Amino acid sequence: MSENIEKGRILKISILRFNPQLKGDKPKMVTYELEEAPGMTIFIALNEIREKFDSSLQFDFVCRAGICGSCGMIINGQPDLACRALTSKYPSGEITLMPLPAFELIGDLSVNTGKFMRAMSERIGSWIHDQAMDEIDLTRLEEKMEPGLADKIYELERCVECGCCISACGTKRMREEFLGAAGFMRIARFHMDPRDKRTDDDIYEIIGDDDGIFGCMSLLGCEDYCPKDLPHQTQIAYLRRKMVNLR
Amino acid sequence: MESLLLDTVRKSRIPAKLDFYQSATGLILGLFMWVHMLMVSSILLGKDAMKFVAGMLEGSILRGEGDHGYPILVTLAAMGIFTLFIIHAALAVRKFPANWKQHKVFRQQMSMMNHDDTNYWYTQFITGFIMFFLGSVHLFIIMTHPDKIGPYASADRVVSEWMWPLYLVLLFAVEFHGTIGLYRLAVKWGWFDGADPRATRKKLKAFKKALTIFFVVLGLASLGAYVKIGVEQINNDNVGGRYTRVSSTNQ
Repeated sequence: MSENIEKGRILKISILRFNPQLKGDKPKMVTYELEEAPGMTIFIALNEIREKFDSSLQFDFVCRAGICGSCGMIINGQPDLACRALTSKYPSGEITLMPLPAFELIGDLSVNTGKFMRAMSERIGSWIHDQAMDEIDLTRLEEKMEPGLADKIYELERCVECGCCISACGTKRMREEFLGAAGFMRIARFHMDPRDKRTDDDIYEIIGDDDGIFGCMSLLGCEDYCPKDLPHQTQIAYLRRKMVNLR
Repeated sequence: MESLLLDTVRKSRIPAKLDFYQSATGLILGLFMWVHMLMVSSILLGKDAMKFVAGMLEGSILRGEGDHGYPILVTLAAMGIFTLFIIHAALAVRKFPANWKQHKVFRQQMSMMNHDDTNYWYTQFITGFIMFFLGSVHLFIIMTHPDKIGPYASADRVVSEWMWPLYLVLLFAVEFHGTIGLYRLAVKWGWFDGADPRATRKKLKAFKKALTIFFVVLGLASLGAYVKIGVEQINNDNVGGRYTRVSSTNQ
């Protein structure tokens, strides 16, 4: 029976192994060889490696469907989600995996994007700002929003905070204080939301300097590597025009 | 100190202006370089054509004495460009890597991703740095020798006055820096975005590559033409001589 099943090719997966918690551990590349299965993703391959070769291998995942944004990593030099990257995309069968740079390394392929995203959210005030909300009457129905506008807001809301845009950004890599595309997208989202009462001047207070919108050098790594295809280029350009025109 | 404290109350609008003026000076310089290259390449149409263009630059039409005009106009124009050049350099240098570590991280990012637009930026950084020096030399010479633009005078500068190595490097630096810069301006500010900004960007990138090739080839051909004339000048023992258009005497 087993002879009828075609054997898959042998994949050579090299992984950067390093556990900063272990005293004296040094970063090293370790190569694992395993047979490719039909429809195999990097995420499935990693699980197999952990099962068969080394149970100490660290990597993050939750949803396995490109929704949670946990499994962002560098696959053959490109930031991407492991659960969406099919091994068949790599004709040579040689795949190198590294943790996303620009984030705190937890171990191996696992990085602390959560810590970064929380700091980013706090920095830009990633929630509806409205003084009147303090005296809100909870028994009254919320004001309706045009479906078209709701769709537009949702388009920018699709960010899964995977961190690929941050790791793909040469500016962010060079200058740690730079906000990065995930932050600009979030600002653009709240700027579009009529319930957020922050004015353009208020937005300028958040992003109006070289750590913000004027630090962006338009390298467009964010645009090209966003697994959710968010319109980073147009939103950053929009914010830049808006902020430059302020008196 | 007072202004620093004020910035914590209300953020300064200066960074916005710096970003805007970096783009504005870059745009003017980029477009100027296209016109400049087209005028320089008039030598490919012959010495008469180039002499005519040089005369027009001096404002010969105002003077009405053939191809002679007012060289001071060239000096003033060069001074204007030099000023923009210095302002642009001062604004752009803010974006340079500030230390070895930043430079190392950027290089590492480039080798990791091999991403076009990231690599373009590094090209601009290197060519910009080169132009600090070579561009200044060229501008200063034109500013101080405004009357020495012509088929013979320019060719002598290229060959007998040893400017060809400088022009050769400057040509590549300008053309790469300029076309990448204009492409980046378009995506940075969202010009020409249209209904599908991603498709537009692809077209802009293709256009940028074509323009780089066009101007580099045109520049090399023009430089070659000046070198040829410059060598003839030496062979004819005419270095320092001036070209007169056959038709100009009749005007």
